Amino acid sequence: MTGTDNTAMLLSVPDLARWAGRQVLLIVVVALAVSVGLVLVFRLPVGNTLVYSFCITAACAFFVQSLSRASRLLMQRLGDTSEERRQWPGWPLMLVSLVLGTILGYGVGTAAGNWLTGLHENALHDVNLRDALTILVVALIPGLGTTYFFVSRGRLAAAELRAQTAQRQAAENQLRLLESQLEPHMLFNTLANLRVLIGLDPARAQAMLDHMIAFLRATLTASRSGSHPLREEFARLQDYLALMQVRMGERLQPAFDLPVELAEQPVPPLLLQPLVENAIKHGLEPKIEGGALAVSAHRQGDLLILEVRDSGVGLGNSREQGTQFGLHQVRERLVTRYGDAATLTIAPAPAAGTLVTLTLPLS
Amino acid sequence: MNPSALIAEDEPLLAAHLKQELARLWPELQIVALAPHGQAAVDEALAKRPQVCFLDIRMPGMTGLEAAAALADEWPDDGTPFPLLVFVTAYDQYAVQAFERAAFDYLLKPLQTERLAQTVQRLKAALQQQQQQRQPDLGAAVDQLRSLLGGQLPTPAAAPLRLLQVSLGNSILMVPVDEVLYFEAADKYVRVMTDGGKEHLVRVSLRELLPQLDTQRFWQIHRGTIVRADAIERAVRDEAGKLTLHLRGSADKLAVSRMHTHLFKGL
Repeated sequence: MTGTDNTAMLLSVPDLARWAGRQVLLIVVVALAVSVGLVLVFRLPVGNTLVYSFCITAACAFFVQSLSRASRLLMQRLGDTSEERRQWPGWPLMLVSLVLGTILGYGVGTAAGNWLTGLHENALHDVNLRDALTILVVALIPGLGTTYFFVSRGRLAAAELRAQTAQRQAAENQLRLLESQLEPHMLFNTLANLRVLIGLDPARAQAMLDHMIAFLRATLTASRSGSHPLREEFARLQDYLALMQVRMGERLQPAFDLPVELAEQPVPPLLLQPLVENAIKHGLEPKIEGGALAVSAHRQGDLLILEVRDSGVGLGNSREQGTQFGLHQVRERLVTRYGDAATLTIAPAPAAGTLVTLTLPLS
Repeated sequence: MNPSALIAEDEPLLAAHLKQELARLWPELQIVALAPHGQAAVDEALAKRPQVCFLDIRMPGMTGLEAAAALADEWPDDGTPFPLLVFVTAYDQYAVQAFERAAFDYLLKPLQTERLAQTVQRLKAALQQQQQQRQPDLGAAVDQLRSLLGGQLPTPAAAPLRLLQVSLGNSILMVPVDEVLYFEAADKYVRVMTDGGKEHLVRVSLRELLPQLDTQRFWQIHRGTIVRADAIERAVRDEAGKLTLHLRGSADKLAVSRMHTHLFKGL
């Protein structure tokens, strides 16, 4: 009856049987509904009305579907190979198929009905123009109705599928983000240090545990909340670097510079964390003597400039092969949040090491 | 003589802790050196000749695995037994499997006292066996290390390098790799020797260059040397068992290190 829910000629036998069954069911339902309507409204005889309704409905369904399929094939031949086009020719061509199919179907169906009942109902070309138009409009209603029904059902299913896919992707991304922040190597090394400190220096062990708790809490809630103040961001980086400092000792010299007037600026949570982690993993950790890591914020006109600078081995000199996931993820968050208004640049630092600069609009 | 050990670990707390735990579990064991990075581990081990080395995997400069390979290459031939190796790692599923395959002992961080006690028992038994047999087992260690490092080779590039681009003042010289006799590591550079005795310097490390070469045609024969297989005329073994390569079209002779002698079997 419609062009929406059958997938052309590439069906297996059980699929084909199911498709045929559904078509028959659809024709029966529509023909019965039309008959009931005609009998009730025009008080026509039940038996003959049923016969004509079935014949006309079946014929209309056949012609409308054939025309709809032909127009889909035509569109494909013309180069439109989208998945949607395989299922649905679009409303303009579908309307043409409906009108032409209904005219043809009405004629053929009436002739079949006449042959079955022995009566002589007038076909469209036998009546005057006004009556013919009325019949056509009435005959179009079931076709339009079912087409509309299946189109909206298809759209709904597609929208649902899109929503599910988006949800799955978001969940996957969040998991990867979590994995990158709770890098197992970092986690177990930190725990190893903590285990030693408990026996050696309980007070320091407690302080380390507090940093770890704050860092873990921030990591687990980061991806869920939209933004936090810059001072909060700096505090979390301090937690992270305090943990790393227990491990690296003198080899890590962190420095923070956050002007008071920028402390309340909102930023996406833990935006800088992957950059600081990279600075350690690819900059300072590979360097035997270690070095400095400076995180700073300043204002330039109506822009907020955030910098992560390390004095490590420099770009491309790290042996750890990165997945680039950290940088990719920071860029993605910037685009989602600020569009083209934010930038991330990564360059060799003036003296030695690497400088990553984030530019965001001030709010 | 008391048994001796070296600890290579870049995190000071963890190094101190391992030393302390070993002192408790194995009082006779003498810690002869604490090395904060891979190169220091190699140097200290060569100088002090410990019987056991605890090597952290992730260290600045050289990893524990690379340090072990370098140590195997440079270990003297005077009959001093090659140290028993114990690798230490925080988290690396792949490495743990590799250690088991290559029959190396390993420890996971955070260190568990019970697990360390097990390792100590194993080490004691192995040292006793070593004393009875009185034979250097460097060959076995080299084979084990080779199988361990073999699984860690970087994935080769899809298309092997065909041209080397050598900066020369303000021009760039194109050198086909087919003309290269051998590559030699020189600090952060690689020295390239070509047919006809020409020499070039390229700003790349041997480690970065290796995966870009066709391993069928270019063989690594030493930590610091890659040779074009076609350029090798013959391999000569001296009385001490050391292999030296003679090249076609060059008087240079190249030493094959212990970790790579298996390339030359002599059919």
